[in-house]
Amino acid sequence: MSYFSDIINGTKTLLTGMRVTGGYFFVNFFTKRDVITQQYPNNIETLEMFDRFKGEVIMLHNENNEHRCDACTLCEKACPNGSIEILGDKAKDPETGKNKRFLVKHIYHLQMCTMCGLCIEACPVNAIDWGQDFHHVEYDRSLLTKVLNKPGSKIMSGIKG
Amino acid sequence: MKEFLTDQLKTQEYFLNMGPQHPATHGVLRLLLKLDGEIVRNVDMDLGYIHRSIEKMCERASYKQIIHLTDRLDYLSAHMNNEAVCLLAEKALNIEVNDRIKIVRTIMDELTRISSHVLWWGVTGMDIGAITTFMYGFRERELINDIFEETCGTRLTMNYNVIGGLRYDIHENFVKRTKDVLKHLKKKLPEYDKLLTNNIIFQKRLMNVGVISGEDAIAYGLNGPTARGSGVSCDIRKTHPYSAYDMVDFEEAIFTEGDSFARYKVRIKEMWESISIIEQLIDKIPNDEYKVKTKAVIKLPVGDYLQRVEASRGDFGVYVKSNGQKFPERLKFRSPGFANLTALNKMAYGLKIADLVAILSTIDVVVPDIDR
Repeated sequence: MSYFSDIINGTKTLLTGMRVTGGYFFVNFFTKRDVITQQYPNNIETLEMFDRFKGEVIMLHNENNEHRCDACTLCEKACPNGSIEILGDKAKDPETGKNKRFLVKHIYHLQMCTMCGLCIEACPVNAIDWGQDFHHVEYDRSLLTKVLNKPGSKIMSGIKG
Repeated sequence: MKEFLTDQLKTQEYFLNMGPQHPATHGVLRLLLKLDGEIVRNVDMDLGYIHRSIEKMCERASYKQIIHLTDRLDYLSAHMNNEAVCLLAEKALNIEVNDRIKIVRTIMDELTRISSHVLWWGVTGMDIGAITTFMYGFRERELINDIFEETCGTRLTMNYNVIGGLRYDIHENFVKRTKDVLKHLKKKLPEYDKLLTNNIIFQKRLMNVGVISGEDAIAYGLNGPTARGSGVSCDIRKTHPYSAYDMVDFEEAIFTEGDSFARYKVRIKEMWESISIIEQLIDKIPNDEYKVKTKAVIKLPVGDYLQRVEASRGDFGVYVKSNGQKFPERLKFRSPGFANLTALNKMAYGLKIADLVAILSTIDVVVPDIDR
């Protein structure tokens, strides 16, 4: 007897569940009210990330192509997995006449970065920050190694070296 | 007739691999099953497919760097794992954090727990055969992930706790967004019951499957919702309150049946409790600093330290032996998933393969947590 009552109860509860799914099906078929799916590759133009989104590490440049990095290598030391390499050099400062460190290349290995944010926290002059770009797909791993300072850029005046 | 059948249709015990890429194993977990027909006689677990030696990596990472590695253990309770390391360092260094930090940490913990349980609910439904639940579970999880993305910058590996506070202050939309999500969840969780919990077919698949008694649960060292389904009171939030858990009033979800359905009910109830905890705290966030100043290089004093937190799968513990240097001398993570998996053989003995899948999903294994 319980065999038949099980079948009846099972069908009844199944229909209760199907009322939920059916409700969504019909409501969303006509109104698209609860649809949260994003049509990702098609909405690339309009997609906006949150302002704190951790896409990649970028170096901030002003309109005169000047950055704030003085090659102190604190970010390189803070990085847990060696994603940052800094190539710096020393040159004579024309104003003070002392030897001053300057940045040649800020190399960033995006393929090794875990987005932990320790480099950005460690930076004393806020030279690097998060970028919102997340389209990091490349055919070759080496293309993910980036030089963050733009070619021809130099240090902003007023930053201690 | 029956005797004739058993005489004529003799079965032979054989071995079958489940995994490492079986979709029901939630990651690269390889189970070596000894089967008699369809009946499970023995389950051998073969671990280590994604062993990354995180504990050893921690021994050459500074205490600030360890935090982001704990995200990668149980990625569905990343926030609790972060908090365990932070609480340990704060305890060792005698850093007092203010109420704002404590409350925000607790809210984040509970949001993580809901998001983890919602995902688990979807995956459990899918393992049993109800694919719709997977979509519904992800729908709710997406809203919670939006909160994380807005405040922490990432959706899964948040890395939001730092020693002495939080990495950023909460986003201005945080309170509003959290309230919206709670309102949404309160509407949707009863639907979960209609869709899956009250379904007789689903209940029959879980009831009296994978029964483990309270004594056995303690003997195997089970923890979290898995043990609470067997009537063992083991909630670290109750027994060793940390952060703001002593400020809130909540009930520990305990069911005594010990079967898969009890474990299912524990997690559903925990979601309701988490909602109630967040509701009690969300309007009480005081205006204060979000971070206590700490030294640039953190060195723990010589000694042994242990900190336990209640992650979404159970008791997550961090043990650090410090020799006063900036790296820990030895570090051990006690992960809930590993202890829970050990009881699988006991639970699955004599059941069918399909029941093994149900047990696996109600234990809620996350393999990176087990392998480390």
